[in-house]
Amino acid sequence: MSVSVREFAERGADLELVGIQKRFPGFTAIEELDLTIPAGSFFALLGPSGCGKTTTLRLVAGLEEPTRGRILIGGTDVTETKAHQRPVNTVFQSYALFPHMSIIENVAFGLRRRRIGDADARAHEALRLVELDHLAQRRPAQLSGGQQQRVALARAIVNRPALLLLDEPLGALDLKLRRQMQLELKTIQEEVGLTFLHVTHDQEEAMTMADTVAVMNKGSIEQMGAPEQLYELPRTVFVANFLGQSNLFTGRVAGTTDTAIAVDVQGTRLVVPTTRAARHQGEVTIGVRPEKVALHRDAPAVSPSRNVLGPGHVIDVSFSGVSTQYIVSITGVGTVTVFAQNIGIGPIASEGDEVWVSWDVEHGFGLDDDPADAGKFAADDDTHAIAVQRREALVAELEES
Amino acid sequence: MSGEVQAAAVLGGLQESEQLEDSGHRGGRVRRQRIGLGDWLLPVYTVLAFVFLLIPIVYTLVFSFNDSIKSNISWRGFTFDKWLNVCNVEGGAVCEAFANSIVIGLVATVIATTLGTMIAIALVRYRFRARSSISLLLFLPMATPEVVLGAGLAAQFLAVGVPKDMTTIILAHTMFCISFVVVTVKARVASLDPALEEAGRDLYGSPSQVFWRVTFPLLVPGILAAALLSFALSFDDFIITNFNSGSVSTFPKYIYISASRGIPAEANVIASAVFLFALVLVIVAQVSRAARAKRLAKLS
Repeated sequence: MSVSVREFAERGADLELVGIQKRFPGFTAIEELDLTIPAGSFFALLGPSGCGKTTTLRLVAGLEEPTRGRILIGGTDVTETKAHQRPVNTVFQSYALFPHMSIIENVAFGLRRRRIGDADARAHEALRLVELDHLAQRRPAQLSGGQQQRVALARAIVNRPALLLLDEPLGALDLKLRRQMQLELKTIQEEVGLTFLHVTHDQEEAMTMADTVAVMNKGSIEQMGAPEQLYELPRTVFVANFLGQSNLFTGRVAGTTDTAIAVDVQGTRLVVPTTRAARHQGEVTIGVRPEKVALHRDAPAVSPSRNVLGPGHVIDVSFSGVSTQYIVSITGVGTVTVFAQNIGIGPIASEGDEVWVSWDVEHGFGLDDDPADAGKFAADDDTHAIAVQRREALVAELEES
Repeated sequence: MSGEVQAAAVLGGLQESEQLEDSGHRGGRVRRQRIGLGDWLLPVYTVLAFVFLLIPIVYTLVFSFNDSIKSNISWRGFTFDKWLNVCNVEGGAVCEAFANSIVIGLVATVIATTLGTMIAIALVRYRFRARSSISLLLFLPMATPEVVLGAGLAAQFLAVGVPKDMTTIILAHTMFCISFVVVTVKARVASLDPALEEAGRDLYGSPSQVFWRVTFPLLVPGILAAALLSFALSFDDFIITNFNSGSVSTFPKYIYISASRGIPAEANVIASAVFLFALVLVIVAQVSRAARAKRLAKLS
């Protein structure tokens, strides 16, 4: 498939990043990045600020040059080309609408630069898609944030780029508008069939919108996959904590069977299926999502299909309507967070109560990180260090209250 | 440089009114306080200040209608003669000087604004060796006394053997105007969101298209302000001009020379005309802005 800026893309093109490295004076934004995004997909690059995700996007747009590596769009090497020569359009975080032009002039800008006929008609069509055609003659300053966001989107998709880049475009909107725009973006992507590359630090946004999510940390991709796959089976401490919350335990593998491994956590054996564990020997970190953990007032019956921890004490109960979050302190193991749906009326346990927690063995996961790496000498931005810091912060918070 | 202050005040006024308009909606209610000293002291003080400021202008305007013979000091009766025959006195010396000043002002402004804008963009957008020292050096002509600048230039022209005429005046004016242009335009460039230019590039604009369709239109208010400032500076510069003009007459130089034997009413005519022209410009700008704001308000 040949890609030229002179013509409209029939459909989205795939994007390939090969061995990308980007150094700025004084720091390295991306150490080594390989990434393939299939045509027509909605791909989210998720990570904390400073993880290199926006740099990646700017490299693809042609606004930065990689120090090393190649960028291919639809099989064509575009590494050496300038931004205006690439079949790529961006929805900027600040929208970057031209303040001195009317909305319609903004939307038609790209078409006019490419000398595509019927620029006005096409621009009006794109504005109708985002339901803003009636504001075509206004200036950007006269529009609300949400409207500006939609104009920025129309200005990009009117060009039918092979690849559309979204740089946290919903960050400045309030929650309600953001939810609405998420749905609209998803609908538009399905309608026009372009490849979307969405950069965000909002894990919920990434999971709601994207087919594939790549979690990025410190300039490289930690894990990539469908949202439910990433959530149910995180592979690193960073992913387990950045994408939702996790209860994590560290211990030595004490026994293995054909289908499962048993980990000794301060004298308690916790079982994880072999297929869901990344490491099968030595020191390992295992975990379980808080909503998969059940809370018991009495010691549950021992069963090979459930992991049981306890007894412990409830140290915090926070009721949020739909669910209740319990924090249970278990001697030697630490704290375990439990999310329980409010199926009955009110919380089932209160602070100070003696409780047990349990979860289905099939719901646990084993992480790939080396627990020995974690320690007080680790760098502050290390994935383990983040986990340790979070834990400490939580403990401090609990001690305060 | 008294005119320079005037020009800055006019320009400042132009820019300020824009900001006021933006914040106008938020203007709170005026609080009523007890009637006290401040209630009459401030108005009286304000009136006095304005009288003090405006007396020279009113004097100039009124005495441009004086039926004077030689010196224009005592009132001898009202006439339109001086306005109608402004170029017919002393072989049109006043008008010639005025025309010279306009030509010098325009040429120096065009050159200084073009170069200054380019320098300002480079200083803000690019990181290069000696960038901060160049910024500093550009301030020097503003900080140096004009007498020194003028004398220094005159000495250089003499040393190189360049005859003093219009060209040397234009060179001198361009030199000190560039600094003011750079300072004015730099502020505008710095406040420009770089994402706008990136969006232009992203939307298939070649570097020159991005400059002319995005960067330049957005810089226009700053460039216009700089051009007005540099024209005003050039138009009423006397000191540097006097050192570098040879036998060429400019308006300030003409007035200075004629002051020794009584300034003719024709000078008042030209000065009043310039003042009225500037006044009309400001009023037109304000009215059109108000009309636009009204139109926008109606739209939304």
